[in-house]
Amino acid sequence: MKIFVPNDSAARSIGADAIAVAITAEAAKRGVAIELVRNGTRGALWLETLVEVEVGGERIAYGPTTADDVASLFDAKFYEGGSHPLSLGATEKIEWFAKQDRVTFSRVGVNSPLDLEGYISLGGYAGLKKALSLSADAVVQEVLDSGLRGRGGAGFPAGIKWKTVLGAQADQKYVCCNADEGDSGTFADRILMEADPFTLIEGMTIAGTAVGATIGYIYIRSEYPDAIAAMQGAITVATCAGYLGKNICGSGNDFDLHVRVGAGSYVCGEETAMLESIEGKRGVIRSKPPLPALAGLFGKPTIINNVLTLASVPAILADGAAAYAARGVGRSLGTQIFQLAGNIKRGGIVETGFGITLDALINGFGGGTFTGKPLRAIQIGGPLGAYFGVEKLDVSMDYESLIAAGGMLGHGGVVLFDESVNLAEQAKFAMEFCSIESCGKCTPCRIGSTRGVETIVKIMSSRDAAEIAEQKSLLLDLCEVMRDGSLCAMGGLTPLPVKSALENFPSDFEGAAK
Amino acid sequence: MTYPVWDSQVAESILASLASDPGPVLISLQALQEHFGYVHSEAVALIASTFNVSRADVHGVLTFYHELRTTPAPEHQVHICAAEACQAMGARSLQSEVEGAVSAEVSKVYCLGNCALAPAAVVDGKLIGRATLAKIVEELK
Repeated sequence: MKIFVPNDSAARSIGADAIAVAITAEAAKRGVAIELVRNGTRGALWLETLVEVEVGGERIAYGPTTADDVASLFDAKFYEGGSHPLSLGATEKIEWFAKQDRVTFSRVGVNSPLDLEGYISLGGYAGLKKALSLSADAVVQEVLDSGLRGRGGAGFPAGIKWKTVLGAQADQKYVCCNADEGDSGTFADRILMEADPFTLIEGMTIAGTAVGATIGYIYIRSEYPDAIAAMQGAITVATCAGYLGKNICGSGNDFDLHVRVGAGSYVCGEETAMLESIEGKRGVIRSKPPLPALAGLFGKPTIINNVLTLASVPAILADGAAAYAARGVGRSLGTQIFQLAGNIKRGGIVETGFGITLDALINGFGGGTFTGKPLRAIQIGGPLGAYFGVEKLDVSMDYESLIAAGGMLGHGGVVLFDESVNLAEQAKFAMEFCSIESCGKCTPCRIGSTRGVETIVKIMSSRDAAEIAEQKSLLLDLCEVMRDGSLCAMGGLTPLPVKSALENFPSDFEGAAK
Repeated sequence: MTYPVWDSQVAESILASLASDPGPVLISLQALQEHFGYVHSEAVALIASTFNVSRADVHGVLTFYHELRTTPAPEHQVHICAAEACQAMGARSLQSEVEGAVSAEVSKVYCLGNCALAPAAVVDGKLIGRATLAKIVEELK
């Protein structure tokens, strides 16, 4: 019988390997014949380590388990689906999963990540087959019609980028996948790459064949060694099976894929800094224009999309643009892969159509704070995202509504803080982070961030109301300069967490305790 | 972790294997660091002459990226995530607890992508979720 123990870095970070070893040993000791499969996580990180068994074609889950539970699981004959205090029933029917709408993440965590046959049996490569049967224009039109927008943070329509690259004339074009997932509170790229790498490869292959690009790069941050290994392994498997390399699937199209590894630089998640880094240079951003779609990697037309954007493409091609666009609200179509993180009881991946409320996400799925103390602040969209207070729990989670509420969706990370948080401290950190990670090309970001730290420190340590008011006004002025004067989102958006903290949590900016 | 001592001939052969790459400087530095644990001072001139770029270019890349180091790697390294999701779960106090309590190089890192199991740390390359001083000490044994 098949027993599944996740092999991704999150599950292993809390002991999945020890469970796999214990299960193997216990099975041998008791003479129970098992087949141990190391799948990826399904994204319910609060249930890790989630052990599953396949009984009568159905997956039964147990969790969260530790190595100490293994003996009692065997006593309960869990390998036959036996009842145990950690029984969760059928995996698909666990409410937390059943209430989601998994499209991009439909295959994540089901099989062993490098099992190509398993991937195909779950509908993998149906999108590429469809794409190869269509003209390039039709593939790009399908992506346009789906309403898919950049999931990395900027929210730019993916189809328009593709159309620009398709229309550009050049002897070489590229597809670059931005897997430099540096935003705190986000981990969907990592989980997708570790648990379902073929989906990303398929999405990039569709992009390449559609616009005539024959070389692709995946730029993965070095903090993700397991994702790097999974992608490299999957590239080898796909190449051997004819899904990458020369004449893919007999279509006459060539597509080679390479992995590039970052070296600990947040700003390299900015698309032009990423191109510089792939070219082996300092990760300094480029001024735009020219757009990377016309003059990108090595000066050639380049599609740059985030992991989640490219990984959504196979489903869009396989099931049609209309099915994808039927989800979501307004101009935010399709599904978003939200990541619940920080001080949260039930953290992990929640994929659902745009338009779910923040409350349904963090209290419904998330179950509130991990510590059980009252929730005080929520940061949405990474270190450049706004801090909301609990009065904003009704906000609809889509691109436009979040901007209207004074925030942004970013990469879909949602970080909870309980009442112990000090928002002046968080605002100071936002500036500090910018000063550490700024590429240094433009002055507002390079110098402004350091001045920002100093100003917030003055506010925090002052006992003089007049001085505090003066420094606050200086800080707001600095935020305006950074927002309007910076070349990229690093300096341009650092004011967002700072200003939102100041506006939504004024009591934290009243100086030192008297 | 222990690394071999710097050997310029070995370094040359590592660089030779990267000769066909269209943008070889960063991956050269990374490859040398992976092998030797750090980038030796002789590496800058070596990379510059191998790939026909200026030493200033190589130095610029070497000093831009936080992860590239110019001093030999210590025996044990602990990285503690200092970003928001981990801050929300006590990363600031974990950092000060760990510093001084272990005989390892302790440094900050910004996001390890384990934000639902915060706070996160990496001990000699191994990711630790729901990190505590006790777990880190145990891993260093």
